[in-house]
Amino acid sequence: MEAGNGVLRLERLAKRYPTGDLALDGVDLDIPAGQVLALIGPSGAGKSTLIRCVNRLVEPTAGRVFLGEAEVTALGKRELRRARRRMGMIFQEYALVERLTVMENVLSGRLGYVGFWRSWLRRFPQADVEHALALLGRVGLEAMVDKRADALSGGQRQRVGIARALAQNPDILLVDEPTASLDPKTSRQIMRLLVELCVERRLAAVINIHDVQLAQMFAGRVVGLRAGRVVYDGPPEGLTARTLTDIYGEEDWSKTIRPDEGETLGEAAAAAHAAALRPVRLDRDRVEGQV
Amino acid sequence: MPAARAWSPPPLIANPWLRWGAYGAVVLYLVLALGSIEVNWARVVAGLERGWAFVGAFLRPDFAARWPEIVDGMRESLTMTVTATVAGVTLSVPIGLGAARNIAHPAVYLACRALIAVSRSFQEVIIAILFVAMVGFGPFAGFLTISVATIGFLSKLLAEDIEDADPGQLEAVRATGCGWWQWIVYGVQPQVMPRLIGLCLYRLDINFRESAVVGIVGAGGIGATLNTAIDRYEFDVAAAILLIVIAIVMVAEYSSSRLRKWVQ
Repeated sequence: MEAGNGVLRLERLAKRYPTGDLALDGVDLDIPAGQVLALIGPSGAGKSTLIRCVNRLVEPTAGRVFLGEAEVTALGKRELRRARRRMGMIFQEYALVERLTVMENVLSGRLGYVGFWRSWLRRFPQADVEHALALLGRVGLEAMVDKRADALSGGQRQRVGIARALAQNPDILLVDEPTASLDPKTSRQIMRLLVELCVERRLAAVINIHDVQLAQMFAGRVVGLRAGRVVYDGPPEGLTARTLTDIYGEEDWSKTIRPDEGETLGEAAAAAHAAALRPVRLDRDRVEGQV
Repeated sequence: MPAARAWSPPPLIANPWLRWGAYGAVVLYLVLALGSIEVNWARVVAGLERGWAFVGAFLRPDFAARWPEIVDGMRESLTMTVTATVAGVTLSVPIGLGAARNIAHPAVYLACRALIAVSRSFQEVIIAILFVAMVGFGPFAGFLTISVATIGFLSKLLAEDIEDADPGQLEAVRATGCGWWQWIVYGVQPQVMPRLIGLCLYRLDINFRESAVVGIVGAGGIGATLNTAIDRYEFDVAAAILLIVIAIVMVAEYSSSRLRKWVQ
């Protein structure tokens, strides 16, 4: 990993909550463009806090965050909002606005670019509308444009969440447990879609994930967090019983270490390249099985 | 075979002395309080007679005798209701936004909560007396009274609804880099709108009834007409007025509940 010119760089990032809990304890990370990073670790290790400190939904207590050249931690309110536009966020419980339509949810990714009245009257620029429709096509939901978000299944909602994040034209995706509310099959589809989109757009992503096997399958780099510190940083193949014990504590890891079959990153990436050749269609067939 | 083990739910107050002491205190207080009520039975009998005259009048309400006054009073009351509801709602929305802890600046929050507390601390009739003293008899005092009461009611419930809004949706909209007003319109409004509409309709309903009450202390409307009729012992006219009020309240209640169902 080359250092210094990453799309996202964290320097000694720390967060102590008012309750006294030290959630992050001096985290250094450097993420180059296009890298899909899986952040693993036990509950309470600080994974959610970390990605929320990046866009300052949670205010870090110490350390610095750089997005490209900009120091996010030094920005004023207005500049912070501008910086947030470049960071797409995807959530565990989807966090769609339930009573808005799919299209309104996707277009809400453009709020940082559009004035108040235009957004209130839903008069988004034509380019934004077309972009949003293309994204919905890409995630296989073009038939759902005017459905209300609360009428969708879990997998569909997460696709809308992904489209909303991409509508921002971000440099990086901050993804918080994208599969925690989904069944195993849908989880894989969603992870595959995320990785494909990152490859297509040379997007970096930080993905918090509980499922070690999914992390190994889809991420190019794995960072293990324990009690707010980085205790592992390396390729997915480097996860051994010992490193997992470092991250999570003592447990029988022999069944977890290497998924014997199924996809690997290589396969997902190859699929994504195929998708780049046939831009819109690839994921559709998979979606249809599930709609 | 093991012995059967008895179980009963734990009592609300664990200490038996305290428990029975509390029960005893409540009973003692009730007995003493009831004993302190003085009932003048002769007056009750006389009053029953007047009550019967009233009930009798209900059987033959007189709409004709004071019809012009009734129409004027009704028109005043309805005008008061609608204008005060619109004014109250218009002012309630910004105050309600300011009084929601999860979206407002702490200083704004305190100011708005204080405003709500003040407008809720007095019953409508007391506020009406105050406004009658300030702006004189008539429906303008009623309009002000009902507007203030609406603000206390609506902004408090709106603020509480906003505070109950799903924080996940709020966070997600904020993460897009939107401005504060966009955040309100995309994150908050969709979550609270159906309930807000329901509350407005419900308040319209209440406000009509209030408009009849505040008239009694001189704030105009049908209440003033009713008061005059009772003062003159024209129970048949009073009965006619009450029947009209009941009819309007029922229509308002029915249509507002239909509308509320529709906006869910």
